[in-house]
Amino acid sequence: MSDTSPATAELKLPKDIAAEKGMVNVQIDGIWHQFPKGTRMIEACRKAKVDVPYYCYHPKLTVPGNCRMCLIQMGMPPRLAPGQDPTYDENGYQTIGWMPRPAISCANSIAENMGIRTTGELVEKCREGVMEFLLINHPLDCPICDQAGECRLQEQSVGFGRGVSRFVDMKVKKPKNVDIGPRIRLDDERCIMCSRCIRFMDEVAGDPVLGFTQRGTHTTLTVHPGRLLDNNYSLNTADICPVGALTSNDFRFQMRVWFLKETPSIDVNCGTGTNIVIHTRGDTIHRITPRQNDEVNSNWMPDSHRLNFHYIDGDSRLTDVLIKEDATHRPAAWPEAIAKTAEALSQFDPSKIAIIASARMTNEELFLVRALAGELKTDQFATVPREGENDGLLIAADRNPNTTGAKLVWNSSDPSASLSAIREGVRNGSIKALLVLGEDLTAEAGFTTEDLAKPEFIASVQLLAGATAEASDVVLPGAAFTEKRGSMVNLTGRLQRLNRAVEPQGQCRDDWEILRDLAAAVSGNKPDIFLIEDLFKKVAASTPAFEGLTLSKIGHLGTVVTETGYQIPLLTNERARAAAGIING
Amino acid sequence: MPTIKLTRPKLNVGEKIYFGALIKGFFLTMMHAVKSLRGKSYGAEGLASSGLGVTMQFPEQRWDDHMPEYYRGAPTLVTDEQGRERCVSCQLCEFICPPKAIKIIPSEIPSDDKWAKVEKRPFEFDIDMTRCIYCGMCEEVCPEQAIYLRKDYLITGTSRAEMVHDKKKLYEIGGVRVGLVNKWNELK
Repeated sequence: MSDTSPATAELKLPKDIAAEKGMVNVQIDGIWHQFPKGTRMIEACRKAKVDVPYYCYHPKLTVPGNCRMCLIQMGMPPRLAPGQDPTYDENGYQTIGWMPRPAISCANSIAENMGIRTTGELVEKCREGVMEFLLINHPLDCPICDQAGECRLQEQSVGFGRGVSRFVDMKVKKPKNVDIGPRIRLDDERCIMCSRCIRFMDEVAGDPVLGFTQRGTHTTLTVHPGRLLDNNYSLNTADICPVGALTSNDFRFQMRVWFLKETPSIDVNCGTGTNIVIHTRGDTIHRITPRQNDEVNSNWMPDSHRLNFHYIDGDSRLTDVLIKEDATHRPAAWPEAIAKTAEALSQFDPSKIAIIASARMTNEELFLVRALAGELKTDQFATVPREGENDGLLIAADRNPNTTGAKLVWNSSDPSASLSAIREGVRNGSIKALLVLGEDLTAEAGFTTEDLAKPEFIASVQLLAGATAEASDVVLPGAAFTEKRGSMVNLTGRLQRLNRAVEPQGQCRDDWEILRDLAAAVSGNKPDIFLIEDLFKKVAASTPAFEGLTLSKIGHLGTVVTETGYQIPLLTNERARAAAGIING
Repeated sequence: MPTIKLTRPKLNVGEKIYFGALIKGFFLTMMHAVKSLRGKSYGAEGLASSGLGVTMQFPEQRWDDHMPEYYRGAPTLVTDEQGRERCVSCQLCEFICPPKAIKIIPSEIPSDDKWAKVEKRPFEFDIDMTRCIYCGMCEEVCPEQAIYLRKDYLITGTSRAEMVHDKKKLYEIGGVRVGLVNKWNELK
């Protein structure tokens, strides 16, 4: 334009500055932000820490835009007349022409110079209207509904709902308490048709068994005829259900969620090291749910791992220190058992002692195992390999959670290498004393009950009663994964933390304390480590990969300590979908 | 903080030797003594006095009939007119209870039960009466109108265990309440 002075023409406008970085400028509630091109409006609002309520949207799933809760007011610069040049205000932005009708923020992407209003009369009226529609047929089940307390509908109805329903007709009747799978219960009256579960089963679990039938107010969520929702990832649908339509059978009516204390920790059922939250009240674990970590498990977790915690306070849990006398076990005190074990082990020649540890132990415990082996002057120590099948999503073939950690801490390429030699040694009688740590040898280790009768002395740290505990001369009750602190390295080389959610039961003690006391009793010195933090510092000092780390520096999402090249299949799928623009997360 | 200076009241000589107040008190006491001897104590009727003054001869005589409607006695559970236990063990009372006197273990109603539609009921419901402070918050918070503070105030026991009211005992004291909640009706 002729009247533009040269100085202004050279000044870069915000849109050009943003475009150079592949970003666009968006005004959210009056404040300008920059976001990458292609971001959805709802994600932009979330990043700008502006609250937009929603039900059907999920960052890891496709966007159907069917709940209408995320309506916002949108504005763009008015379209120019032919030949008209855009005008800019003193900050370099064009005036926003606000649209007189709302738009859903989940299905629309942001554009340059766009305006978003998440408040104001239009938006608030829309939200109130959507809430009123959703609540027309929603039953008054909150007192019996397991979702109460973490129900999005409950939360939004406090924000945008009416006190009283204006609807005078009968509510629509739908199937209640439907058994649609072994782990999931469906209540169709509570369903608000967000279709998150349908999309999850289709897109993430790859088992599209859920779908809607009927139309309009009679829309009903159901499973495909002749099929069940029995996929190993089915419980994730209960997690993402914004209401109580899908609830977990295992957690059904166990405890109201507002009583539960949440402890972030990690799963120990396979090498993936799924991030979890342990929900407890008092000393009871009520449920385990996945915790978002986009480098490990995204937002999901397999059912088989999630439900594998009932053994912790089950009938076969060992809670007493036991010493075998005349073929029966009697309860004993810790100092006696430790002294007896140390004394018994010292009577054998080091070549006749072997330690079988577990790759289910934390780095700290494995470090102490090596220290103990050093005190006993034996080099016969090994972990037990535990192989399963990779399910192509989250479950790794290596069912030990800390194989990588064992490799790093023991500085060995195969921590289980000498296991077969130890097994042979036990069989041919060259190994007379066995220290078993957290493994039942008759399971994956390949021992038989006859083998276990051969050594002259067996001491074991055990969680559950079993053949190994039965054969042990001294049984030391250890702590379950929910009862201890420590760190593990998953298959991708990420160092992650376990946190204590409940106190160890009965006489049980943290495994690292048992190992520390054993090592001290064998050497005759006094124990010198009293905090797990100090122990981790020792581990970090002797393990190059952990250099400079402390337990607190690991953080809740873990720290990468080594490159293994292992890819978690579910994340590979997810990244491909994100790269293709199918999902936003 | 602002300082407020208080001045002591100025006393005259009579007040300073306080003998007058003693005599005044003496006559007040004697006045009430005479009144009670004549059976005309203030409030004697309202408090159901059974002899001199306002003293009630407990336990022969009780003030049960004189308790106001809003009296807050022992918390209890009630059933409705159809014999359904109203409590669905939502545990809100357990949550709100300031001295943590309530303990509930929920359970599922089996599908062959008459009230299977309700799905949930308490398996155990204990109120520890040594802890209860009769505040009435449980009654106020209950979304099912299942817990009421009744007029029972004589809660005694010879051991702590005896002072814990279990579900059976709570329903026994609570009895039946009619109306109010009918949302578990088959048609609703």
